[in-house]
Amino acid sequence: MQKKMVKKTKSLNLNFGPQHPAAHGVLRLILELDGEVVEKADPHIGLLHRGTEKLIEQKTYTQALPYFDRLDYVAPMNQEHAFALAAEKLLKIEVPIRAKFIRVIFCEIGRILSHILNVTTQALDVGALTPSLWGFEERETLMTFYERASGSRLHANYFRTGGVHQDIPIKLVEDIEKFCRTFPKIIDDLEGLLTDNRIFKQRNVEIGIVSKQEALDHSFSGVMLRGSGVPWDLRRSQPYEIYKDLDFKIPVGKNGDCYDRYLCRIEEMRESVKIILQCIEKLPKGPVKSIDGKISPPKRDDLKQSMEALIHHFKLFTEGYRVPKGNVYTAVEAPKGEFGVYLISDGSNKPYRCKIRAPGFSHLQAMDYLIRGHMLADVPAVLGSLDIVFGEVDR
Amino acid sequence: MLKNVQTLERTINSELSSKIKNSILENDELLIEINFQDLIEVVQFLKSNEKCKFRQLIDIAGVDYPDEEKRFQLVYLFLSHENNLRIKILLKFESNQTIISLTKIFPSANWMEREVFDMYGIKFKNHPDLRRILTDYGFKGHPLRKDFPLTGFNEVRYSEKEKKVIYEPVKLEQNYRNFDFESPWEGTDYLKQVKNAEKDGKKN
Repeated sequence: MQKKMVKKTKSLNLNFGPQHPAAHGVLRLILELDGEVVEKADPHIGLLHRGTEKLIEQKTYTQALPYFDRLDYVAPMNQEHAFALAAEKLLKIEVPIRAKFIRVIFCEIGRILSHILNVTTQALDVGALTPSLWGFEERETLMTFYERASGSRLHANYFRTGGVHQDIPIKLVEDIEKFCRTFPKIIDDLEGLLTDNRIFKQRNVEIGIVSKQEALDHSFSGVMLRGSGVPWDLRRSQPYEIYKDLDFKIPVGKNGDCYDRYLCRIEEMRESVKIILQCIEKLPKGPVKSIDGKISPPKRDDLKQSMEALIHHFKLFTEGYRVPKGNVYTAVEAPKGEFGVYLISDGSNKPYRCKIRAPGFSHLQAMDYLIRGHMLADVPAVLGSLDIVFGEVDR
Repeated sequence: MLKNVQTLERTINSELSSKIKNSILENDELLIEINFQDLIEVVQFLKSNEKCKFRQLIDIAGVDYPDEEKRFQLVYLFLSHENNLRIKILLKFESNQTIISLTKIFPSANWMEREVFDMYGIKFKNHPDLRRILTDYGFKGHPLRKDFPLTGFNEVRYSEKEKKVIYEPVKLEQNYRNFDFESPWEGTDYLKQVKNAEKDGKKN
């Protein structure tokens, strides 16, 4: 008797994306649903695959750099940083102190850029429109800083091997400082809209919980790791540039849910503002790129006067510089997590192999495990809190 | 607790001596070469050993050396939060070799191995779901192999006639030009070193 009563059910397959506003780009997510409960999620990625690693193998080190802007296009300079550090480590050259400060300033601006985008779009995904309107205004200001330093809002190509491309004007430093004085107020406003908001909390608290062990097993990094209570930040634990002389805190979450990750990002923005202010205060004078003429191009003025400068310029922009044989892995704490470059040089002017370690790749991989057993409506919330940008996931 | 890479190298060499073929300490980074058959044991040791605690797999990188007998290399990057150390494990093997999957030990190896399979055609044993990941549905070939042309084989466009997206062989107005700018540019020390190293290599 009992057996006859059981009704056979079939799970529903749902195609989420590739064109879906909450997919944050081109993600095709195949969901197996039992009613509204997700039983399985199979992310199909690669729709934005451009073969960056293959292209880099064909380009000189100088030409390879701009590809990194196009990975995580929300915080371009952080990506360039990893590649510049890798090449510098192989070349064994030191970066001038002023260049280090400028790099840190722009890395932190990148972090704020990325976190504003993530926090506000996450809010957008769960139904709040206003934060994105307020946040994007600030992003625009920050991108003008990028533009004033490098000439372009997004594809900066600013961190070169041996330093940065050009020095920044005093007026720009003043404006960045002015921004840092007013920006904490904006963060307060955003928090006022979201942190205690009933709907935002209902959609995020205890959603997509990651335990400490699982965060390690799934190769999480950045906020995804810190949100679960692992105090790990490469700026602190394996400091590069001048981070060890700076005073900043590492916000760590408690519960490892979407809401904690949101709180971590908000706090990190405040810390970034502090870092930028410290850098501006201490900003020394001096050169901004390596004085080694075989690696960094000569000044424009010298080109008109000096034969040697002219030869250097010609050789650098045709042959490029050669990098000694070896392999090296360097990682930076990008806004989304550990962004690494594994570079193999065969002693020529082109990288033999350049493996890019994108944090988003491992985070998206865990989507299936994060979303299993949750409701369909939680998919955008979890996806939003993973901070996925397809430029870097698909490479 | 291990303090630095040097002590790590010593510890690993003493505890795993039979498995290690070569260990190189370069640029403050430790690279250990092992036989591909020993992969699981070594990784298991690195993960569970009280001193090492390499509990995070950072990435898997494939490398192709078409001229060498052992054509492919795999580099596994590990990170230990407790010791604040990194380690690289290197495998060298022939092109028809199958490598054991790490998905049992590190769930995150799943996509990384799929990517290596997609890009190099290296097969993994006991992998739960070895599909292509980054390339197109129905893609042929393995793009990161050195003998795969940069421009690829097929291109995609929307055909107005057939009202759908179609695949065609790549037609280029001009062939891809790879300029060889490399010239013996004397002067810097490292160049001389590179040259000397090459000369030494030829003598041997």
